[in-house]
Amino acid sequence: MARTLINVPKTAEAGAVVTIKTLISHPMETGFRPGADGRIMARDIITDFTCLYDGETVFRAELFPATAANPYLTFTLRATRTGTLSFVWRGDNGFAQTETATLTVT
Amino acid sequence: MILDEPHRPSRRGVLALGTGTLAVVALRPVAAEAATRTESTAEAIRRFAGDAEIRPGRIHLDLPPLVENGNAVTITVTVDSPMSPEDHVRRIAVFNDRNPQPNVITAHLGPLSGRAALTTRIRLADTQRITAIAETSDGRYWSTTADAIVTLAACLEG
Repeated sequence: MARTLINVPKTAEAGAVVTIKTLISHPMETGFRPGADGRIMARDIITDFTCLYDGETVFRAELFPATAANPYLTFTLRATRTGTLSFVWRGDNGFAQTETATLTVT
Repeated sequence: MILDEPHRPSRRGVLALGTGTLAVVALRPVAAEAATRTESTAEAIRRFAGDAEIRPGRIHLDLPPLVENGNAVTITVTVDSPMSPEDHVRRIAVFNDRNPQPNVITAHLGPLSGRAALTTRIRLADTQRITAIAETSDGRYWSTTADAIVTLAACLEG
């Protein structure tokens, strides 16, 4: 399991736009870099990030080798109701990780 | 580290450093050639936008003009949009000129995003121009560019 850092405000007013920050530890090996033996190392990157709000996709990003190691993403979301935010990362070699957070709307 | 002893580089150390630097300098063009681009930036943009007209405006790309380390460059893309169900940004894509692959990131947004804003960290293999393109819900495309001078490149030297 890769380590993740997720920053979601604990509470938000209904209708407010909240900023969500996510970071996941991952080498994001580009597939263009030579290794210690001089041969190109195989690509190993996260290709897809999805944020779901009560099961509904609210933000999705396709990542490429140009994304830096430990992919960091900041995006916004309109808080409408108290619900669960799911963060799903998928990548090469069957990489898949899901984290959840609760957004409380007052 | 011992700080009170004056540190003098040994002759051997200086010589080893010299050959190491030379080897890096000699290897650079070879490595750059090895990473030939699979697709041109224009082709990648056409694959994203189709045949639609891409006009300047509405989108803002923020990145440091002088990058010390190309391995992690923070970029922020924002688009002027009310993000209402009738008028919102559907997609934002970022492209580069000189990395081995033209795509940087493609983001999918919607009215629930509230604001069309995105921050991430990217790799830059060389001094180059970055292009950001947004698709709004009316099917129009907006673009902007920003230049970055990179002193330490990502990817190639590892």
